[in-house]
Amino acid sequence: MVDVAEVIWGLATSHVPSIGAAMDRGKTEAPHWKDLFDGYAPARAWLAEHRPDVAIVVYNDHANGLDLDIVPTFGIGTADRYDVADEGYGPRQVPDVVGHPDLSLHLLESLVDEGFDLTVFQELEVDHGLTVPLSVWTPDPGDAWPCPVVPILVNVIQYPQPTAARCYALGQALGRAIAGYPEDITVGILGTGGMSHQLAGARAGFINPEFDRMWLEKIQTDPAALAGLSREELIRQAGSEGIELIMWLIMRGAMHDEVARIHSHYFVPASNTAAGVALFDNRQGAPA
Amino acid sequence: MTATATPIPTTIPPLTPTEGTPMSTNETGGRLTVPGTPIFDGQTSRRGLRLNKMLMSFRSADNRERFSADEAGYCAEFGLAPEQTQAVLDRDWTAMIDLGGSIFYVYKLAMMDGRSMQYLGGVFTGMTEEEFAAELKSGGRRG
Repeated sequence: MVDVAEVIWGLATSHVPSIGAAMDRGKTEAPHWKDLFDGYAPARAWLAEHRPDVAIVVYNDHANGLDLDIVPTFGIGTADRYDVADEGYGPRQVPDVVGHPDLSLHLLESLVDEGFDLTVFQELEVDHGLTVPLSVWTPDPGDAWPCPVVPILVNVIQYPQPTAARCYALGQALGRAIAGYPEDITVGILGTGGMSHQLAGARAGFINPEFDRMWLEKIQTDPAALAGLSREELIRQAGSEGIELIMWLIMRGAMHDEVARIHSHYFVPASNTAAGVALFDNRQGAPA
Repeated sequence: MTATATPIPTTIPPLTPTEGTPMSTNETGGRLTVPGTPIFDGQTSRRGLRLNKMLMSFRSADNRERFSADEAGYCAEFGLAPEQTQAVLDRDWTAMIDLGGSIFYVYKLAMMDGRSMQYLGGVFTGMTEEEFAAELKSGGRRG
């Protein structure tokens, strides 16, 4: 083995707050939730056998860690700890998030050198956008999540969001940055958000299963085609909040061209949202 | 339909030919328009900044209490426009969105009132909360 960091897996998952709430309130066996959580089980079992040294979570904040005073298109946390935010009803009773500032600062420098000028967060409270994906991965974390986390933030709330193409390119640069980290550590990457949904307007409640299934397939086989979708097309096809799916492309860009699908699952509805999960093994030639 | 196992697609809808022009939008007067879809763009965010800052303040329990004790006074403290204050006092959720509120910020007030996102969805679409939730459970609205 060469002594550099290696991405071993990528996990794409919705981050709907009600998924976390269902877990926090012990409702995962309730009739309208059971199929969603049953769908997570194979991914969780595989992930439990493949714990990385660090996880990178690509997510967006929802009016909890960031105000609208400053709307960074891309950002990265460089703290050694991220507290769980009070989103208006008290913080989720899950562990605070331990950071990995050394890897954060390495990624920041590499990405800036490649022309991706990320905003730096030295302090950041993390909301459901980050903690729900960690719960999808690890339902019972106990006192601590499985490993330290580097948060990467994306503006998906205020138009103009970064293009899908830019997100994919950022992911590719992120992959190179990880491969340039001079320590023999393993990395898991989580791309969060989606799938199709729209919360406001006369089209609220919009779900587009055909688009979602196309996305679930092509995120593995043809991410460059997804990266060619315009903002308008994403909002039309996936809904005004479904555009969050661009964050999956950052995860995917950081992985090899060929990845092995371990598991995926699709469920409607989680709250007002189509929920998807897709897990990919990034180790070349590794048996699934 | 509640769920479908993967692997999935046998038929994949064609992607629209936007490759190579990721910046293209079909804008009207410089603004993106999608029917029935509020676009939270820069002009909307400028209009809603004071309103959204007030809604953001509800992250703190103290502020939630102060608001409840004197809603109009609290709105004045944050410099809301009169029509924004009225929308907040009336719980006119559609007006709050029209006046620049971001759904993620407006939802904080709804949560204080014990209202769900399905309730808001019903308001936005002219349905009861139960009707809206039923549409989601049957696979979502196809609009």
